[in-house]
Amino acid sequence: MSAVTSPALERPLEWKLPYRGKVGMACLIIAESAIFTIFVVAYLFYLGKSVTGPTPREVLETPIFFTICLLSSSLTIHLAAKELENDHRKTFLILWGITILLGALFLFGTAMEWHRLIFEHGLTISTNLFGTTYYSLVGLHATHVTVGLVMLTAVLLFGLADRVGVEQSARIATLSMYWHFVDAVWVVVFTVVYIVGR
Amino acid sequence: MSSDAMAIPNATAEARPWVEVVHEWVTTVDHKRLGILYIVYALIFLVIGGIEATIIRIQLIRPHNDFVSPQVFNRMFTMHGTTMIFFVAMPVLFGFANYLVPIMIGARDMAFPRLNAFSFWLTALGGILLYFSFLGGNGLYGAGNAPDVSWWAYAPLAARAFSPGPSSDYWTIALLVSGFGSIGTAINLIATIMCLRCPGMTLNRMPLLAWLNLVMSGMVLITITPLSAAQIMLLVDRYLGGHFFDTQAGGSAAIWMHFFWIFGHPEVYVLIIPCFAFMSEIIPVFSRKPIFGYPVMVGATICIAFVSLSVWAHHMFTIGMNSYANSFFAITTMCVGIPTGIKIFNWLGTMWGGSIRFQTPMLFSIAFLFQFLIAGLTGIMMSSAPFDWQLSLSYFVVAHFHYVIVGGIIFALFAAFYYWYPKITGRMLNESLGKLHFWLFLLGFHLTFDVMHIPGILGMPRRIYTYEPRPGWETLNLIVTIGAFIQGIAILVFVANLIYSYFKGPQAGNDPWDAWTLEWSVSSPPPDYNFAVIPVVASRRPLWDLKHPEDPDSRYE
Repeated sequence: MSAVTSPALERPLEWKLPYRGKVGMACLIIAESAIFTIFVVAYLFYLGKSVTGPTPREVLETPIFFTICLLSSSLTIHLAAKELENDHRKTFLILWGITILLGALFLFGTAMEWHRLIFEHGLTISTNLFGTTYYSLVGLHATHVTVGLVMLTAVLLFGLADRVGVEQSARIATLSMYWHFVDAVWVVVFTVVYIVGR
Repeated sequence: MSSDAMAIPNATAEARPWVEVVHEWVTTVDHKRLGILYIVYALIFLVIGGIEATIIRIQLIRPHNDFVSPQVFNRMFTMHGTTMIFFVAMPVLFGFANYLVPIMIGARDMAFPRLNAFSFWLTALGGILLYFSFLGGNGLYGAGNAPDVSWWAYAPLAARAFSPGPSSDYWTIALLVSGFGSIGTAINLIATIMCLRCPGMTLNRMPLLAWLNLVMSGMVLITITPLSAAQIMLLVDRYLGGHFFDTQAGGSAAIWMHFFWIFGHPEVYVLIIPCFAFMSEIIPVFSRKPIFGYPVMVGATICIAFVSLSVWAHHMFTIGMNSYANSFFAITTMCVGIPTGIKIFNWLGTMWGGSIRFQTPMLFSIAFLFQFLIAGLTGIMMSSAPFDWQLSLSYFVVAHFHYVIVGGIIFALFAAFYYWYPKITGRMLNESLGKLHFWLFLLGFHLTFDVMHIPGILGMPRRIYTYEPRPGWETLNLIVTIGAFIQGIAILVFVANLIYSYFKGPQAGNDPWDAWTLEWSVSSPPPDYNFAVIPVVASRRPLWDLKHPEDPDSRYE
């Protein structure tokens, strides 16, 4: 078929559209934010409405160390992506590995906290409203951390096989957007659960 | 039936083993084929949902009827509502968006073709799961098979204590799965429109169909997700013993309503905005004038999207909110009428002074304008809280939203079918059958849904299994049921037309309507790669520029 090109015009000199991965990831983040918003609203709405104990004030301890771990992983993944852009593969891999380590440490922290709540305080998802909303909100976040760790580990394995180079840096930047989002959500969850919620 | 009809364009070159053809369709990542799959899938569910509606109407044809049992009646209206919204309206609109958006913006495919296929198959899985409940829903003895908690599944009815057995879980998981499919498609559409427009196609020159689907996709991202979140909570309640909607443990039934309607009301606009998009493409072509007020149209759409996010609780006036909440939601609801009115005037302005061609797509479009206006007016009546207290949960509400969905969305969809069928299949739909379909459907629609307002005002509640013989109720319900049958016949005419014209319809050629957007510049059906050379555009109507080099639009824009 004949191409549509009006006789009176030539191809515009500058025709640059955004990278589709970034736009797609931004959309995913918007959608995920809406899901988290609903869970946060439910958590706040049900604060203090439990008819039986235990209450957040009695059992929750602020996980400061693990929060620092997760938040600093945002810094390391950012630096890793920057290193990859300059094709410093070795530093990229080291920083990427540290990111995974920090994320895993955070998950370990969540696991320890849940273990303590379940076995010391007898708080499960069906104990009371606090248990229901707490485990769903924190669990939803932990699920996102887990998914992120799976993807980060996949990149690490490809990296160890020397398959991740500067040509993948746009994709790596997209993945790091997701990781930043997971961290940002933790700031909200932390504020709601451990500061406002007590 | 129609899936075979749709599969044939593929086989034109040479006859191949059917296994190969099926394999090709199942594994395809081509946006056009996925679009067709979406549309065929939705048409099959349209017939199923229509049969369910007919069963409801036969049951209500006279007082004390016992055509089906009360349990079956509950399942029928639940499945009818769920099917029509999630497995007819959403997929058919996504199908058209999938098919048209890349071609109209001069791209060769969607931004993420494999995500596109994944989203379709998620949606398909959702529909199959929902209907599998008829076979697999019999959990406990006597628990019933298909879901019967109505399409909004209010708490605590959907709780384990009141809906034993897995039937409600089929509903929950079907919507969760197809919701993820919708989110995937929405992400894909936005990325396609933002990143793959052909050179020269600035946002300001994009066809309105692409613009409106962009806005719709943005809405999907933030409206389907609250439903997904609420479904997850419901599953936590039902399977893990959670207490989100358990009033005995301090939970709240009202918060389910809020979460559901935060999704539920914007969903109406998710469905209607693509229909506005069809109107904005079809009315100009058949009025032989460019769209009137293009920037205002885009602005009004974005305005509707924003306002529609703050109106949800007008579905909940009767649950006893305080007067500030009632006033807020009444006022925001009335505000939606302003941008919508702007759109109606834009379409009228497009028709004004044009040389209108009354072909089938245009007939459906004109009917859409009238009916959507009336649907909007009853909507404004309902937005006033005291009026709603009187008529909420009555047949007046049923008549109102069917006026929106059938009179608005379905009519717009038929217009789109008649307009783009030649592009998708390469053959024109039969015009006489089309006119017959139009007039029959128009008659049936008005018999059913105009009349249905009256029993509502007389006090007939929705979802009742049967009713006492009361003055007026019998005749009115009889007329409503007769109208439903006429609509059914009209749908059969339409399906017959789709099949007949596929084999016998006149060849369409590239551009049967003398239209102006890029999809009409390629062959019908378009080649796999859409464009051999990526086009370059300089105005909103690239084909006008091509056909009228002496007076191109680009000179004035």
